[in-house]
Formats: sequence, structure tokens, C-alpha cells
Amino acid sequence: MDATFFMNVISAGLLTGLVYGLMALGLSVIFGVMRVVNFAHGDMMVVAMYAAFLLYTKLGIEPVPALPLVAGGLFVVGYLLQRFLINHFLGVTEHIQFLLLLSVAMIITNVVLMVFGPDARNIQLDASFESYSLGFLVLDKVRVIAAFTAGGVAALLWAFFRYTTTGTAIRACADNPVGARVVGLNVEKLYAITFGIGTACVGAAGCLLLLLVDVHPHLSSDYTLLGFIIVILGGLGSLGGALLGGILVGLSEALSGVLIAPSLKSMFSFGLLILVLLLRPQGILGKKP
Amino acid sequence: MSDNTTSLSASRTITRRQFTTAAAAGALVTTTGLPLRSARAATPLKLGVLLPRSGHLALIGQACQRGAEIGLPMLRDMGYSVELMNADTESNPDVGRTQAEKLIREGANMLMGCFDSATTLAVAGVAEQKGVPFVVNIASEPKLTEQGFKYVFRNFPSAGMLGKGGLLLYKDIFAATGVTPKTAVLLHINDSFGMAMLGGINALMPKLDMPFTIVETIAYDPKARDLSIEVAKAKAAKADFVMTVTRLNDAILLVREMVKQQVETMGIISPGAPGMYDKQFFKALGKYAEFCTTNVPWFDPKQEMAKTLEKTFEKAFPDESCDLNVGFTFEAVLIAADAHKRAGANDPQALTEALRATNLTKRAMLGGAIKFEANGQNMNLISAAVQNLGGKPTVTLPSASAEAKPVFPMPPFKGRT
Repeated sequence: MDATFFMNVISAGLLTGLVYGLMALGLSVIFGVMRVVNFAHGDMMVVAMYAAFLLYTKLGIEPVPALPLVAGGLFVVGYLLQRFLINHFLGVTEHIQFLLLLSVAMIITNVVLMVFGPDARNIQLDASFESYSLGFLVLDKVRVIAAFTAGGVAALLWAFFRYTTTGTAIRACADNPVGARVVGLNVEKLYAITFGIGTACVGAAGCLLLLLVDVHPHLSSDYTLLGFIIVILGGLGSLGGALLGGILVGLSEALSGVLIAPSLKSMFSFGLLILVLLLRPQGILGKKP
Repeated sequence: MSDNTTSLSASRTITRRQFTTAAAAGALVTTTGLPLRSARAATPLKLGVLLPRSGHLALIGQACQRGAEIGLPMLRDMGYSVELMNADTESNPDVGRTQAEKLIREGANMLMGCFDSATTLAVAGVAEQKGVPFVVNIASEPKLTEQGFKYVFRNFPSAGMLGKGGLLLYKDIFAATGVTPKTAVLLHINDSFGMAMLGGINALMPKLDMPFTIVETIAYDPKARDLSIEVAKAKAAKADFVMTVTRLNDAILLVREMVKQQVETMGIISPGAPGMYDKQFFKALGKYAEFCTTNVPWFDPKQEMAKTLEKTFEKAFPDESCDLNVGFTFEAVLIAADAHKRAGANDPQALTEALRATNLTKRAMLGGAIKFEANGQNMNLISAAVQNLGGKPTVTLPSASAEAKPVFPMPPFKGRT
């Protein structure tokens, strides 16, 4: 195995990691603002993947152009879920929130199972078999498209929180909810928008992941777990941390697959997680509580 | 007139004497057993069918289910009487075990299944415990017929047989095409089937004096979402051709990834694993599915029963593939029905004895008559080199049953139309 080979493996790991990062962003945003851990995260992503699948098979809309539609739809779902259900559980102990969102997750999985059945579904685009050759680098076309779109969505999200009034208000709620109420902010509405933004991120990630993997109802638990590994690695509540965590997991999967054994690659993500928990429990970019 | 009426009336009335006579005759019949046996034979065989119709093996499990159901009218025409009791193992051995117990409780006289080795082993344990015969449609785990089970009968090659038959066909392909590669890279799933196949390949390669060496072995999870790293590693091995032990979804992922990573190889040949002959494989990969070869037990295109089965299947399921899953599941139902007909009873012991004495010369798959050894294994099974040609799996070897000549090396992916 030469340097060229490793460069190809690293680039594939980076590209996959960016999509992983986008998936975890939603989880991080919701926790960062509301301190709610969304255990239905992977299930919402599976819903988004099926939505993108239907848009392609029924209307011929490919996943990248379908992204705003799916993300918008998931925003509405997230907004309503927060407004009419999760909002009632904001002050309760964490294990009650855990049970609530786990119940939501199970309901989603079973509804998806009833509607779509257990079979794996995928979409075949011309790009599915194409790659870009950049000198010695051979880059999978759909992975490049997915990674760049993920980067774009993450940049938009950052700009939203940094430069818009609503984004600033949400950050104020995250820093000091009582203070936010005192200055007249509608915290409940902002929380609902935040949850909507979190689920919209998951929706966007679902569209992009459909380009890379087949969707089936039981995929959700894998991705919920992966999402948690990523945000804990990067630091819960940190946007940059989620992206960094995604990239680290993508890279660790790629390199451990090559250097040790491909069948053990997931094990290294967990190893990395334990290492970070031991050395820096708040995550790489997380703040100490 | 009046007498007739009386007579008619008398004939309709059962007297005490007539009742006693009838009861005595009934007792005699019951004691001798002969007429009762034929009366029982008219009772259809209740065959408990255990297949992974959901979960990660769902696609193949459903193909097997179609095989079990499609042959029922054919079997009826042949004078067999079977009633299927279907159960879903959900691709999970624990569920398979529970479902087997449930089927037996609900009156199944015999069990059939289960496609994957782990579930089949679990169900074999239940069959042994309950003393109910179990016909294995597909499962290659050697333990199934090496563990001393009394009620397990397998009409499918063990991993060793599958590996040996599959590996010997490599030599035949190279001899038929006049091209012999020197090196191979082996990509295989790491479930019980994949590991059994790996063990068989590693043990047999030196014994069979194969003309090539395996320079790299890459294991992966059959439920893997992405195989880019595995393929990158295979590419780096720079072997002449690729050997694969796959299921369906990962077979699609593998070839798609090989196309994307521009892996050009002399061939993709499986020593006997599902995936590459499946219609879904053709649908998902189109032109890139062509020339992939699987050395696997297959239909005998020269057998009448195979032709009828394929024709019936094509008519009923035009969008599905009539492959070995269908063929071996059909044969498993045939074996069960035949044993039931010969046993003339639904009693598990009689059915087990009848299964032991099976000798079916008319069949759908390649090999001689279906007969079971003392350990329950049918040894009359041979593999064919099935190459994807013209959008369908085609028997290219053995030459006696071949529909086309094998193509090796295969044309490169790049530039295929």
C-alpha cells in the first residue's frame, strides 16, 4: 500500500465524515439550545431518506434538488413536535425526556415499517457509478456532491446563527433562558424553531445519505448511535464540534478499515469515543459545564 | 308401496344390532390399521415453512417463499397433498427458534427452511428436541449434518461441498477459456455462512492444487452501509481477479464501488454465494452486472421439471428472478410431499423414515437423484458456473448442461454499453 492509496482512503473518509457531521449538527443544535437529547434523531433521518426516495421515484426529483423540500418538511414536523409535545417535558428530569423521545422513535420506526416494508430501497442515478479523477486521486462523484452540499448547509446554518436576528435570539435563549424571557423573547416559539432547524438538518443529511446508502426502517438505530458518538466526540452543543466529530469518525472508519480490518471499523469509533471521554469529557470543542 | 316405504324407513333407522356391528367393524379397521393409513394419507401434510421474509435477508427469504408457493399446483398435479404453514424468522435465529416451536404447537408435521445457517441451526435444535422432521432448503453450515441430528435432511451442499464444487469450477472456467490468472483477492462477509465458506476455501485451496493464490482476504459485515474501504483495499492488492462471498445488498455495493473506484479486473467470480445472479442485482447495476460469475448449485436447463418450474414462475412473477433460492425451496417442498405420500401418514416418525428412504430421480436442480446419506445430507448435488450474460444468469459449465460458453477475462467496466 503506497501513499497514493492512503490519500484516496483519507479523502473518502473526509467526504463521508462531512455528511456524518451534517447529520450530527441537528442533534447538537437541539441539545445546545434546549438541553434536550433527541433520541429520535436517526428515525427522523430515515423519514427524510424515504421522503427523498419517494420524491425521486414518483416525481423524478433527485436528492440534492429535493433537499430544500425535505428539509422544509422536516422543519415543520420538528416545529410541531416541539410545540405540541416536547415543550411539555422541558422542565422534567432527563430520563423522562429520554423515554419520551425513545417512544417517538419507536413509533416512527414502526410506522415506516408498516408503510414501506422491511426491504432496503435505493435510487440509481447516473452519478452513482461515476467518479472524478484528480491526478492520483479517484473521488466518488456522489460522495463529493454529498460532502460539498453538507458543507454548504453547515455554512448556511452558521451564518443563520451568526447574522440573523432569530439566530441571535436563539443563541440568547441557549446562553440564558431566563434573561431571554426578561427581555421579551418568545422562548417557546424560539425553542420550536430550534427543534425545527435541528430536524431540518437531519432532513438535509437524510437526502444526502440516500446517495450513499440504501434505506430501510431499521437503519435508524445505527445512525442515532453514530450521531451520539459524533457529537460527544466534538462536544455536545458545538456546531464546529459536530462537523469535526463527523470528520474524525469518517477518517477513523476509513483508516482503521485499511490498517486493521474493515469489519472492525465501527469498533474504532467507539474506541475514539472512550478516549475522548477519558481525556476531555466535554468533547474536543465542547465547553466545560 | 306401503312395504317399500317401510323398507326405506327401516333402512334409515340404525338399530342397536346394526350399531354394534358397525362399531365392531370400526374397531377391526382401527386395529388392523391398513384402511386407516390410507384415510390418513388423504390428510394433507402440514409443512411449517420458516423463512427470513423480513430483516436484512428479506429479499432472499421472499424469493424462497415464492419457491415454496409456486410449485404447489405442480405438486398437486403430481398427486401430492401439502398445506404450507408460513412463519417469518425475521432474519433472526432466536425468532426462528420461537416460530419453529409455535408451528409445531399449531400442528406442523414437518418443518422446512430456513435459508441462513444460523437460523437453520437454531431450528434444527428445536426439530431434534420435538422429534419433528426438518428439511433444509438452503443452508451450508457443515454442523447441520455433522452433529448427529436424526431429524434433519439437507438437499443443499454443505460449505465444504459448496466450496469444493465452486473451486473446481474455477479450473474448468480457466481451462475452457484458455486463460489462467495467478492471483486473486477474496472479499467475504463475516457472518456464519461467510466464515464457513472462508474456512472451506482456505482448507481446499492447497488440496485442490488451485492454479492461483489468494493474495489478500478482506472480511466485512454483511449489513455494511458502505464498502468503499474494502474495495480500496482490494484494489491495492493488485490481484488478477476478484473472488466474492456475498449476500445480495453487499454484492451490489461491491460492484458499484468497483466501478466507481475504477477497479478493472479479469473477472468477478464467486465460489458459491448468493447475490450476483439475483434479478435485483441486474436491476441495480445494469450493464455492470454482466459477466459476473457464480459457481453455485443451479437449475439443470436440460431437466423437464426445471423448464416447467421456470415457465410457471416467469408467468406468476415476471419481475422476480427464478434462481436457486426458488429451485431449492421448491425441491424441499417436493421432498417433504414425496415423503408424506410414501409414508401415507402424518406421524413424524413415519415421515422421518420416509425421508430417509427418499429417491427422487425427477428433479429441477443439477445433480443425480435426491437421496439422503445416514447423516441426512444429499450428496448428489453439483455446482454450475452461472455467468450473467445478456441480462440473465446463464449456465456456462458443466458443458453437458451449458447454455453458453464462459467469458473470461471479462470486458472492462469502462466503455461498456
